[in-house]
Amino acid sequence: MKSDPGLYDFVPYRSRAPIVWPGGKQVAVWVAPNLEYYEIDPPAHPRRKAWTKVHPDVVGYSHRDHGNRVSHWRMADVMTRHGFPGSVSLSVALCQHHPEVVADGSARGWEFFSHGIYNTRYAYDMDEEQERAIIEDSIRTVREATGQTIRGWLAPALTHTENTLDLIAEYGLDYTCDLYHDDQPQRVKTKTGDLISMPYSLEVNDHYGFFVYNMSPRDYADTLVRQYRRLADEGGTVMCIPLHAYLIGQPHRIGPFEEALREIAADGRGWLTTAGEIADAWAKQQ
Amino acid sequence: MTLDPAYLDYPHRQHGYDHDIYGWSALKDRKPVAWPGGANVAVWICVSLEFFPLTPTDTPFRAPGHMQTAYPDYRHYTAREYGTRVGFYRLLDAFAKAHIKVSVATNSTIAERYPSIIADIVSAGHEIVAHSTDMNGTIATGLPEADERALISTSLDTLERVSGTRATGWLSIARSQSWNTPRLLHEAGVRYCCDWVNDELPYRFENGLINLPLNHELSDRQIIAVQQQSADSYAQQMCDAFDWLAGEAATQGGRMLPLHITPYIMGLPYRIDAFERLLADLKANGAWFASGDEIIAAWDVQQ
Repeated sequence: MKSDPGLYDFVPYRSRAPIVWPGGKQVAVWVAPNLEYYEIDPPAHPRRKAWTKVHPDVVGYSHRDHGNRVSHWRMADVMTRHGFPGSVSLSVALCQHHPEVVADGSARGWEFFSHGIYNTRYAYDMDEEQERAIIEDSIRTVREATGQTIRGWLAPALTHTENTLDLIAEYGLDYTCDLYHDDQPQRVKTKTGDLISMPYSLEVNDHYGFFVYNMSPRDYADTLVRQYRRLADEGGTVMCIPLHAYLIGQPHRIGPFEEALREIAADGRGWLTTAGEIADAWAKQQ
Repeated sequence: MTLDPAYLDYPHRQHGYDHDIYGWSALKDRKPVAWPGGANVAVWICVSLEFFPLTPTDTPFRAPGHMQTAYPDYRHYTAREYGTRVGFYRLLDAFAKAHIKVSVATNSTIAERYPSIIADIVSAGHEIVAHSTDMNGTIATGLPEADERALISTSLDTLERVSGTRATGWLSIARSQSWNTPRLLHEAGVRYCCDWVNDELPYRFENGLINLPLNHELSDRQIIAVQQQSADSYAQQMCDAFDWLAGEAATQGGRMLPLHITPYIMGLPYRIDAFERLLADLKANGAWFASGDEIIAAWDVQQ
């Protein structure tokens, strides 16, 4: 175990070379819907319970199921209406359970990256071969379901090993969404290849908004707009809006969220794009 | 480190679910539902009327809102009783003023202790939904099947004896079930339960039991007590939800907005005005206020 993972150099926010986004846009905005499958009765992991209650956790399971049955479609329509493509963190087993949801994202031109097999299977304590198995499964499963080759990784339930970043770089993935140390893409040091840290956000994640900060739907929408305006003022930045349909797609939240997207789109300083496009635009300037 | 290799087996990785309780179906693919009178949105008010014994049990789990301090916790005991004695009557008056019918999810112990409140509910034309025995009557996997069966029948039988009508609906405490619950409810003759929050219209389990989703995210407990927002914010959120659902209904068929209300939360003097205004606003916007059994009946004839 190391007290510092040694993943990146200290690059202070002032005196950096400017980043220029296509079309002279100030801030690259990407929306990251989590399309997930939570198992109702997964095997126990020695370090973490999937559900805090004995199974079945009716509310926990069915709340997340709402995303696939109801609110995915609502969230996706709102994004499409205002010109925001999705970059999906995907529980890849969703390709088997509910291929209709995956096909919907695919038909909208969304990019898919891996969020593990299930969000109820944790990577802690996996040996290298086991972790290779979930990466290879992810690449194969998404390719078969969508024709896309995944370029990014958000660890299932944010669970890692010390090998994770080296392995995804070795398999040719371009970006990780697991590091929260910057508002701009940064190079990650791996043993095996080039890897970019793509700015993701816990802080403006709808889960944090609603269940950590207990925001009302209108407060959360206001938070997104403020986050966007500040990052646009600073320029050369990335704003990520991570979503869960079962949260943002609830009937009392989706209206205020749509207003936030409308306002961000109307501002005009944002490049509404995908994580892969941001990685490419950044890499060209290095 | 190496995990047990079985941790990387996925035996239920297949089309549909990893269980056989109900089938996979996206709301958008269902046949559109039409509500009586051409209303866009059915507003279902469900009030939880509960008795919290001063002696909480933690098996299988302690109910939300239950006693919190060392025995005797008069603070929480009497504050919940305030909801039953006072707050609930403010709610009944608000429903009467708005001329609407609701469901009251009632612990059967309420009927034993306070039969007059059951008479008041029945005479006002509201529906009684069976809501376990008292707030120690929680259900989870591990509860012996015979005990769960007895809990369900005690609740249904007692409420029938006092109210004169057998409840057709069931709400578990904290919406929590065991693996046996859908089967036991069906065997007990229950037509619908309100526990699974995965949908926004009724749907049928494999065994024939209907689920009428009572969205926990929209409850006063969640928004006011857990997330600590104001009654005005709660009312605003319900209006926003209604507006959105009405918009969807215009193109996709009838929608449903469940308002889950707790007497000791919403029945307080400083909150009830906001709730009364909410009812008036929803009514003015064309909501169809209906009890759970009325919504089930309207839905079922269209399946």
